[in-house]
Amino acid sequence: MPSNAPDSLLTSGSSSLKNGEELLLEITGLNSHYGPVQVIHGISLSVHAGELVALVGGNGAGKTTLLHTLSSLHPPSAGTIRFDGHDITRWPSHRIVAAGICQVPEGRQVFAPLSVEDNLRLGAYRQHRNAGWIRHEMERVYHLFPILHERRQQLAGTLSGGQQQMLAIGRALLGRPRLLLLDEPSMGLAPLLVEEIFRVIVELNTQGVTILLVEQNARAALAIAGRGYILETGRIVKTAPASELLADDDVRRAYLGY
Amino acid sequence: MRLTGFFIFAASVVLLPVLFPDNYFVTVVGIAAGLHVILAVGLNLLMGYAGQISLGHAAFFGMGAYASAILTTRFSWPSLLAMLAGLWVAGTIAWLLARPILRLRGHYLAMATLGFGIIIHVILVQAAHWTGGPDGLGEIPPLNLLGWTVDGDQQWYGVIAAAMLLSIWLSLNIVDSRIGRALRAVRGSEFAAQMMGIDATRAKTQIFVVSALFAACAGSLFAHQQAFVSPDSFSLMISVELVTMVVLGGMASTFGAACGAIALTLLHEGLVVFEDYEMLIHGALLMAVMIFLPQGLFAGVSQGVRRGWALIASRQRHKG
Repeated sequence: MPSNAPDSLLTSGSSSLKNGEELLLEITGLNSHYGPVQVIHGISLSVHAGELVALVGGNGAGKTTLLHTLSSLHPPSAGTIRFDGHDITRWPSHRIVAAGICQVPEGRQVFAPLSVEDNLRLGAYRQHRNAGWIRHEMERVYHLFPILHERRQQLAGTLSGGQQQMLAIGRALLGRPRLLLLDEPSMGLAPLLVEEIFRVIVELNTQGVTILLVEQNARAALAIAGRGYILETGRIVKTAPASELLADDDVRRAYLGY
Repeated sequence: MRLTGFFIFAASVVLLPVLFPDNYFVTVVGIAAGLHVILAVGLNLLMGYAGQISLGHAAFFGMGAYASAILTTRFSWPSLLAMLAGLWVAGTIAWLLARPILRLRGHYLAMATLGFGIIIHVILVQAAHWTGGPDGLGEIPPLNLLGWTVDGDQQWYGVIAAAMLLSIWLSLNIVDSRIGRALRAVRGSEFAAQMMGIDATRAKTQIFVVSALFAACAGSLFAHQQAFVSPDSFSLMISVELVTMVVLGGMASTFGAACGAIALTLLHEGLVVFEDYEMLIHGALLMAVMIFLPQGLFAGVSQGVRRGWALIASRQRHKG
């Protein structure tokens, strides 16, 4: 299978690159179907603790399906997903969240009829912590996004797109993620807001949050990521350090437009 | 805001018998309305927040009533213990019923509870050896709360008013609790809720059990207050009426459900004078409310009051 070749390249490359870093997420030979239609073809991908990895691909490449499969919102038809040494392939989604994989969904999906604060509280649903702890974590989110503090009593549905994206990220952070999955955080946002969101993503990563960033905006994503994967029609076609991908002729033609 | 509403409601409940002592409406209708409020508030947790309909809530109401009736008359159990037994039975059955069904999306619970309600009604009629059959079960001893025997309409009004306020207070807290937030999240976006690690099936099952417990508790009180139970009080029509109360008052609002229950109880009493035409007027009024106040009675009226207030205030300003 042609899709396996780049993966073996990656595993050898990354292990030398990320020497001594713990392997956090390891996906091997993952297939996923919607009915008879196969969307994901034997994807293998890994994320080490502390990394910021970008997964780049066009519309319909299977990015969101991959993330949904990861969070057990969609069942895989073959392959394994290992997280922190555990085989989580068949775990229900609430167990996966409890283990520390938190997702910021595509299109934000904030709970519109609930207040900003209640949205954040729901992020901590699996934490079973006391009110003081939750308050403390909320303060950290407000520090990251001061506008959310201003709007904390407002209903999430009345926020602007950018604020909703911030809320969606904040909500995921309340789950104390060991791996944060971001599904197209730049979608539908003005360039200035995209910059703001990406600045926060970098900040979170420097604070030690491991991030898998899924993006159509290849330029922005690869600019901040350490490593990148290129996904095309459900297959990983290329993987390399992000700087190499940015310089790669094929990638430039297909995704960067110059 | 929620607390203010609760205290206003509580104050009027306390003041009513003081202002109108021995009034038929306060004691007799007040007791019936109070029980309906407990039932409707419990059902609203399920309908308004879990987005599920139970068409068999009268069955849980009946289980509480018959548990109290049978255990106190045939086995001379203390009334409080019999009530707890009724709660346990209703809660367990609700859990067993909901667990497999709530895994499915859609209104399967409505179908299952519909069938369940009919089965329970048939059992109440047929198992005459235990339930007294269609003739019912009488001579139920009065409610005894740790030595205090509840006696007379005034005292019953007090007990049921207390239970009703407790149920409203519990409901308000449940809505604002971890599980209440989870249910509201599921209604907002089931997908995102799952991403937060919310087990929607579990949350819905829990709220269904709580809802059944509210009904069973009302049933026990009902059995002792009436001193007599018969299957007629727990038929499918009663279940439908409870659903109507919740919808009429306005879904996903505790006070809405309470208002719906009170309004429908008063309507029944008020329309008795029309005899044969009662159902006709009843139906027409319900249709009118649904057409002109689609948000329900409570939201509709409180909105109207707020608008009227704003209008008066602006006129005053013009004058000044």
